[in-house]
Amino acid sequence: MCKLQRPSNLPARGFGVTVFLCKNNKEGVGTSCLNQQLRILSMENSEKTELVLLACGSFNPITNMHLRLFELAKDYMNGTGKYRVIKGIISPVNDAYRKKGLISAHHRVIMAELATKNSQWLEVDTWESLQKEWTETATVLRHHQEKLEAGRHDAPQDSPVLERPGRKRKRAEQRQDFSQKKSVEKKTAGVPKVKLLCGADLLESFSVPNLWKGEDVAQILGHYGLVCITRTGNDAQKFIYESDLLWQHQDNIHLVHEWITNDISSTKIRQALRRGQSIRYLVPDLVLEYIEKHQLYSSESEERNAGVTLAPLRKNTAQLSL
Amino acid sequence: MKSRIPVVLLACGSFNPITNMHLRLFEVARDHLHQTGIYQVVRGIISPVNDKYWKKDLVAAKHRVAMVRLALQTSDWVRVDPWESEQDQWVETVKVLRYHHSTLLRSLPSAEGSDPGQALPVAPAVVPELKLLCGADVLRTFLSPQLWKDKHVQEIVERFGLVCVSRAGHDPQRDIEASPILRRFQRNIHLAREPVLNEVSATAVRQALRQGHSVQYLLPDPVLAYIREQGLYLGPPGSP
Repeated sequence: MCKLQRPSNLPARGFGVTVFLCKNNKEGVGTSCLNQQLRILSMENSEKTELVLLACGSFNPITNMHLRLFELAKDYMNGTGKYRVIKGIISPVNDAYRKKGLISAHHRVIMAELATKNSQWLEVDTWESLQKEWTETATVLRHHQEKLEAGRHDAPQDSPVLERPGRKRKRAEQRQDFSQKKSVEKKTAGVPKVKLLCGADLLESFSVPNLWKGEDVAQILGHYGLVCITRTGNDAQKFIYESDLLWQHQDNIHLVHEWITNDISSTKIRQALRRGQSIRYLVPDLVLEYIEKHQLYSSESEERNAGVTLAPLRKNTAQLSL
Repeated sequence: MKSRIPVVLLACGSFNPITNMHLRLFEVARDHLHQTGIYQVVRGIISPVNDKYWKKDLVAAKHRVAMVRLALQTSDWVRVDPWESEQDQWVETVKVLRYHHSTLLRSLPSAEGSDPGQALPVAPAVVPELKLLCGADVLRTFLSPQLWKDKHVQEIVERFGLVCVSRAGHDPQRDIEASPILRRFQRNIHLAREPVLNEVSATAVRQALRQGHSVQYLLPDPVLAYIREQGLYLGPPGSP
């Protein structure tokens, strides 16, 4: 077995050549192993596109399944050799979405934060939930893409270099000049790309009348792209085949097969809670404690927004009748 | 209120490594038994199998026991018992049940109920019933005479009892019908159903680990940290 090992005294990611040691217990450093490492190195340094995965949804409550979607998507996208996933964002939907049983975003955000406490790369973003009204997913994607572009604007263009403290300030000044001159053309180069992370149900929902605006679907698929976790890969492929719009953008839809079946839906979690059944080990322990402490889910909470039309349906049908 | 029969649940298996699915077995079984109105589950015991079971890819029992212990840090009613794994040889499941049953009898004078928050009236000095907890896949193996001796299957279901947790797509009732012994003692077999589809097999977890894929959220974080720290499940299948 060829194992790659990064010497512990070197920074995790450096400029130029990072030294790997090839650890091969019996034969020492093998040539094929070295070549393999050089290939990995060259890929790592230049060609990969940095990705941010955005998941929009109710997270009512967040479950281990939601967290698994991120892990599966990251492994898959990194495994293509073309991408490097640098961040995952959880964006709980606004209360004004008016979905049945949706409890306050305040609690849903806190639960997502508790669930991602032990993650190195997942974070919760409240922008969507703090808007005055429900926001289309395409708009949430745009917001996060623009935020990344703005962030990259004054950040270094390349990976951080091992800097001696004395040189830091000088570098920062240089960087500022540089960004002033080149900001326009450099704006999108090297900026991570946002992709929408979803389950196969979202693909299917694209064909529900009035749920999505046509131009939004086109923008999500054409401009950003989907990473879609699917249990029955063939069904998702069939779905893409049957929809002209999905078919047209299939290069931008990454289907990830979930081998370890996991169907911990929030609906079933709420149902179990109403029946007094245990949900332990289906949601992170901290989320379980929070739900119990605040007694978040009951028959009453399930009746919230009952009979109310979902925000996108209301909005899109209103526009149609104008 | 009528006092309930106290029950101790025992799960035998490789736990190589323990996953959230193993932990769910206990939660689902307890909910089911409480629902009957007859039983009060007072304790759960996880007994990792002896190294001399010689199952392919089985890591050392000391690691498997340590992982179960870490997984149960936050549980107030399930604990690990290393007795089976510490014997000189592999121990048949029925003997593990006998051992724990005699231990329960010995500890009887000082036996306590479950935690005060959940305690229902339990008559003092009632010997808890010890039941074997298993998944539907294990129930199926009872049908194969190469794996189980008939008299052992009979002792398990007649003297102790079985709580079998099944997932969607399994039909444990059919397996019971297929076995004369299971059919005869089916009043001692409790079938509980896991409401969510959650098939985190330890085999799949080991495979993902070997491939360098994430298994986070499939098993408790402290178990994952231990696996990384000890470098477990890295080699090709079959390597120690």
